[in-house]
Amino acid sequence: MSTAVNTMKKKNAAQKYQAPTKTDTRILMCGNEALAEAAIIAGCDAYFGYPITPQNEVTAYMSRRMPEEGRVFVQSESELAAINMVFGASATGKRTMTSSSSPGVSLMQEGISYLAGAELPAVIVNVMRGGPGLGNIAPSQADYFQATRGGGHGDYRTIVLGPSSVQELANCMQLAFELADQYQMPVIVLADGILGQMMEPIVLEKRPGRKLPPKDWALTGAKGRPQNIVRSLWLAEGALEQLNYKLRTRYEQIQKNEVLCEQYEVDDADIVVVAYGVAARIVRGAVTKAREEGIKVGWIRPVTLWPFPAEQISKAADEFRIFLTVELSMGQMVEDVKLAVAGKSPVVFYGRPGGGVPTVDEILDKIRQLTTKHST
Amino acid sequence: MKTVFKRTPTYKDVPTHYCPGCGHGIAHRLVAETIDELDIRDRTIGIAPVGCAVLEYDYIDVDMIEVAHGRAPAVATGMKRTNPDKIIFSYQGDGDLASIGAGEILHAGHRGEHITVIFINNAVYGMTGGQMAPTTMLNQVTATTPRGRTPAEQGYPLQVSELLAVLPGTIYIERCALSGPAGVRKTKKAIRHAFELQLNGAEGMSLVEVLSPCPTYWRMSPTVAMKWIEEEMIKVFPLGRLKG
Amino acid sequence: MAGKIIIDAERCKGCGLCVAVCPKNSIIISKTSNKNGYFPAEKNDNECTGCAMCAIVCPEAIIEVLQDDSGKVEITIEPGQDRNPKQIEEKT
Repeated sequence: MSTAVNTMKKKNAAQKYQAPTKTDTRILMCGNEALAEAAIIAGCDAYFGYPITPQNEVTAYMSRRMPEEGRVFVQSESELAAINMVFGASATGKRTMTSSSSPGVSLMQEGISYLAGAELPAVIVNVMRGGPGLGNIAPSQADYFQATRGGGHGDYRTIVLGPSSVQELANCMQLAFELADQYQMPVIVLADGILGQMMEPIVLEKRPGRKLPPKDWALTGAKGRPQNIVRSLWLAEGALEQLNYKLRTRYEQIQKNEVLCEQYEVDDADIVVVAYGVAARIVRGAVTKAREEGIKVGWIRPVTLWPFPAEQISKAADEFRIFLTVELSMGQMVEDVKLAVAGKSPVVFYGRPGGGVPTVDEILDKIRQLTTKHST
Repeated sequence: MKTVFKRTPTYKDVPTHYCPGCGHGIAHRLVAETIDELDIRDRTIGIAPVGCAVLEYDYIDVDMIEVAHGRAPAVATGMKRTNPDKIIFSYQGDGDLASIGAGEILHAGHRGEHITVIFINNAVYGMTGGQMAPTTMLNQVTATTPRGRTPAEQGYPLQVSELLAVLPGTIYIERCALSGPAGVRKTKKAIRHAFELQLNGAEGMSLVEVLSPCPTYWRMSPTVAMKWIEEEMIKVFPLGRLKG
Repeated sequence: MAGKIIIDAERCKGCGLCVAVCPKNSIIISKTSNKNGYFPAEKNDNECTGCAMCAIVCPEAIIEVLQDDSGKVEITIEPGQDRNPKQIEEKT
């Protein structure tokens, strides 16, 4: 063996990784690693994934930590294979997840549709990057449609969580697994390239969770019971229709009970900015500055993107206000805002697509423009 | 009089949707018999393909899952890695395994997943109406090769067993044929060996390629179809143990 | 060695594989169809040794085979049955 390889081996041995211990002290972590450790704390049994920027820290971290905890890690041959490995592990009743970025998540759409149709729990993290096509590796929010509108074929929904800080991203993991298990469906955690890469001090801990139903549908070997079948093909007349109604009822329950949304200074606002994820972080800065200038502006931050906080936005639109939606895209969530506002107030959009990131000043400028346009 | 041959319990006693003379009926029975003989019904999980055998769970009485076309080896990987004590088998046709699923079977074999794969090769796509498969023979007329398969247009028939035998992660590869009682018996032995390897904790993938008749889309009677396997198919797909 | 087979005629699809493999030409295709419209296999009056070749190839696994090694050969003859299996192979 060459000396270069020997040197590298020694160096790696010296830098043996110390996993963060579960304490209430804060530790500095980047989003990708935080979500991975949080998933482990939440009891993820198996991680299957394929490298893609900007979430490669997840696969690397999981490859190191999962075997340490006696859990399963496989680097699959493609995203297509990864989502199907998730499908298999989930069908046996395990908590399982994958992570990817936009182009890889496109490849997973078939698998996600199958998870939804077969009523299987799973967590899929999308660390969004610029698109369409190969795009770039800069952050983006242009997969909102893909995530909230099903993405794959057929009439289904996935729960979509849109965290906007590293702490919230970590918190989302336990929530995502629980929602997936409770409702037997795929849950998408929609992060982006900034959130995945940025480092923030966070607390990692397992919190008391919700009570979950037993997985007696799981494939565990038909010992002392009839066979369990996990399927999404229903050929008999009316059978698939019934499945769809069943899913619809479940989705309505979720829309009623699982909406998460934050509001800030909306009550007296003339302008309400709606944003999620990293866009919401930037918006907060702009809104703070605008208030300092005396502009009456508030913001609404959806945390669940599906179910969308339509009720909260609709209520806010009962008073005449301008709704400014800010996204890192050409405008996707803005359509849901328009639907919720239902014409009661004007809805305008500001965004930067293809990996562009708006600055606080750009948004502040836009807010200023809106006040001059509509001042009475 | 004592019974010397009777239907095995794990092969559910229900009518199947398969055509008269279809090889799936025989292959299902061999898998079911193996499961009963090894007494592993309560720890076996099977994976049904997309193809004529998509409703396999209606016929084989173990926990079963239906997966997307070709993805069975990846699903099997997810299942076996998280449940090493269970017996995981996939049962796939030539479209499922050798066409859309070519990547998945290659990598499951390459990684040496501890699974058993039953590959039913009938040289045609049955479920969708008789189109060309990667294993369709030269000059064979199918729905998408109306003038017969030619190397220039569609390439040669794919020899899956030979391809996978190259990978270190595959530990047992055998090709058999449902071409008559003797062939069926040999196929049964191979299938049983493939399951036994997993049962004994063998560290690698076992695959049995089964040449199987499709009387409907070969446009032959069942008995002539079996003859065609013996006389024509084994020229391109030689029988025998390639590995293990 | 005497043998006997029991064929479930209603589940038989008339594929003819058992007819072709029987070494004693003891199986023929019936002239009457079953409820599904198939012409099922049935035993004729030739000898059965219980070799089970038929059951081994049957795709529906609906043939049960019995054997008795008492030395007695069991023949069942039913009047009106077609006893020429060679004709049947051309038909299928």
